[in-house]
Amino acid sequence: MNRVRKFDLSVLAASIAIFAALQGMIFTGIIGPFWELNIILICINIILAVSLNLINGYTGQFSIGHAGFMAVGAYTSAVITVKLGLPYELGLVVATISAGFLGFLIGLPTLRLNGDYLAIATLGLGEIIRICILNIDYVGGASGLMGIPRLTTFAYVFWIMIGVIFFIKNFKNSAPGRCCLAIRENEIAADTMGINTTKYKVLAFTLGASFAGTAGALFSHYFFLAHPASFTFMRSFDILTMVVLGGLGSMTGSITGAILLTFISAFLSDFPEWRMIIYSVTMIILMLYRPQGLFGNKELSLKMFGLGGKGNG
Amino acid sequence: MKRVNKLLSVLTAGVLFAGALAGCGGSKEAKSDVIKIGGNLEMTGGSASFGISSKNGIELALKTVNQKGVLGGKKVELVVADNKSEASEALNSMQKLISQDKVVAVIGPNLSSAAIASSAINNAAKVTAITPMGTNPDVTVNPENGKTREYNFRACFIDPFQGTVMANFAAKEMGFKRAAIMIDNTSDYSKGLATFFKENFLKNGCEVVAEEAYLQKDTDFKSTLTKIKAVNPDFIYVPGYYQEVGLIIKQAREIGLEVAIAGGDGWDSAKLPEIAGKEALNGTFFSSLYSPDDTSELNKNFVAEYQKTYNAKPDVFAALAHDATLVIAKGIEDSQSAEPAKVAAAIAKVKDLNGVSGAIAFDDKHNPIKSAVIIEHIDGKQTFKTKINP
Repeated sequence: MNRVRKFDLSVLAASIAIFAALQGMIFTGIIGPFWELNIILICINIILAVSLNLINGYTGQFSIGHAGFMAVGAYTSAVITVKLGLPYELGLVVATISAGFLGFLIGLPTLRLNGDYLAIATLGLGEIIRICILNIDYVGGASGLMGIPRLTTFAYVFWIMIGVIFFIKNFKNSAPGRCCLAIRENEIAADTMGINTTKYKVLAFTLGASFAGTAGALFSHYFFLAHPASFTFMRSFDILTMVVLGGLGSMTGSITGAILLTFISAFLSDFPEWRMIIYSVTMIILMLYRPQGLFGNKELSLKMFGLGGKGNG
Repeated sequence: MKRVNKLLSVLTAGVLFAGALAGCGGSKEAKSDVIKIGGNLEMTGGSASFGISSKNGIELALKTVNQKGVLGGKKVELVVADNKSEASEALNSMQKLISQDKVVAVIGPNLSSAAIASSAINNAAKVTAITPMGTNPDVTVNPENGKTREYNFRACFIDPFQGTVMANFAAKEMGFKRAAIMIDNTSDYSKGLATFFKENFLKNGCEVVAEEAYLQKDTDFKSTLTKIKAVNPDFIYVPGYYQEVGLIIKQAREIGLEVAIAGGDGWDSAKLPEIAGKEALNGTFFSSLYSPDDTSELNKNFVAEYQKTYNAKPDVFAALAHDATLVIAKGIEDSQSAEPAKVAAAIAKVKDLNGVSGAIAFDDKHNPIKSAVIIEHIDGKQTFKTKINP
């Protein structure tokens, strides 16, 4: 127990160091606005990937409707700040709760499905959320909700990201987390052992959805708008790709996947003709040689390189 | 001791990571004999054909501009950033072009939503952005305070004008009385055109017998079309984009709905005949800003050059991006500077600049004052029908 807490503290210290370094470089202009934007995008993507990993990686449920929950968060927070004129912090909280609540409502019936069926159901639900928003004139309909102030700062994104990572890490090690892992390994066996499988699946789904909502709120308050076209199933796939690339069931994998894919996308913006090709070839090669993703379901640690200790940000 | 090592290694990793990032942040200095302009364009995604045409148009315009050069022989160079046909990516691209590539002005994005989203960035940085085809009024005017966005311009006319033009043309010139409207509910552009079409069509004493909606990426329109056929219109107005419009036209003909079908400039794509089929396109026409058959000298040269280089007829995106490039070049010449803010001030004052789509001058809302054309499809070919002045 003591050992675990010391480890947490050292990671926290590292986080503070990274935050100070990055914030310093942004402040002094060593990191220009473009890379600042991409670092913030990375943090948002990490929140999304890690929360999807909770559903897909830890609990073994194949959900591909994450963009839908992100949209809910983006829109509810924007309604709170723009339409109602309330503070941003409240927007973040309400976005998290409302996306989680929707995840709960949707999770109850759909999580009785398995595998492919669940994937199709969640894909459909993500689209339904988007189409509903598209037809609500109060939030701008097809033109999206414009005029959102840029309230998301690097500090907000970074610390929320760290908070989400810690939460999910601790959740995995808790009793409900272990139940989720058991469901992933073998649902029938878990059921036989007396685990209420539906309850824990819905729990994981709700938590994952609520963090996607948080990410959506951060996203809309950084990019000035909430637009239905930003939350198509392509974004769900993007998030899924990050998780699968890093390795289903590995949190450090999801983090690496998010960083890697966001960077690749930013670097390749100079070569739009090649972007999709390089992107797809990378995926194909990876899936051929490492079908389990970069890290499989293991966590990245210095032990992997024979060093002992562990580090991630 | 071991614990200290652990902590140290974590810190080192963090610092290394941060150091790697810092390497990316450095800004490149612009070479003094080259002036860069940006293209925030739809190179991939749902509207990729818009971006690719625009890029071709810009490159041709730069060829002309670079024959003489600007500011006494400096070359103008295009830097393209792909906005993936999506608003938040467009904002990302705009940030890249302005802060990484240090462009003097930006052309794009074509999509209104993307142009509105990225306007926050280029206005904060005081860099001009000219959208070739962003027709939504909010692109140049901030709806919250009704003020013109100082650094946003467009090279096209706005939605209300296009809907009005088509309504008057259909009622007065073609003598249609009963129109059905099919609206792309996912697109503001479509809704805008439909609203102004309906308003003006009714003003002409005609009636709208059906109003149906569809969504982007829909592929089966037969049930909607059958419904429309039942109310027997003599004319269908479909202000959508070519992908769905192509299928709508094809399926309308398949169920025996042979009436005239018309739309707006979203139809303008070489893909339309491929999707709908040449036969089915007979009796369809759309309003646009530009026709390659326009007879001005400048346009003839442009079309010839375009065909030579890209082996295709230029579409409206190419023509307007071409004109936007000329506007920026003129702005640089007039202000005698490569400073974005000074160039922007000069662009606002541009008058009587001849582009391939007609003369260009901006009103106080940064909309150009220009004429519209009606283009008809005959055997799959776009044919210039008539020109309508504002």
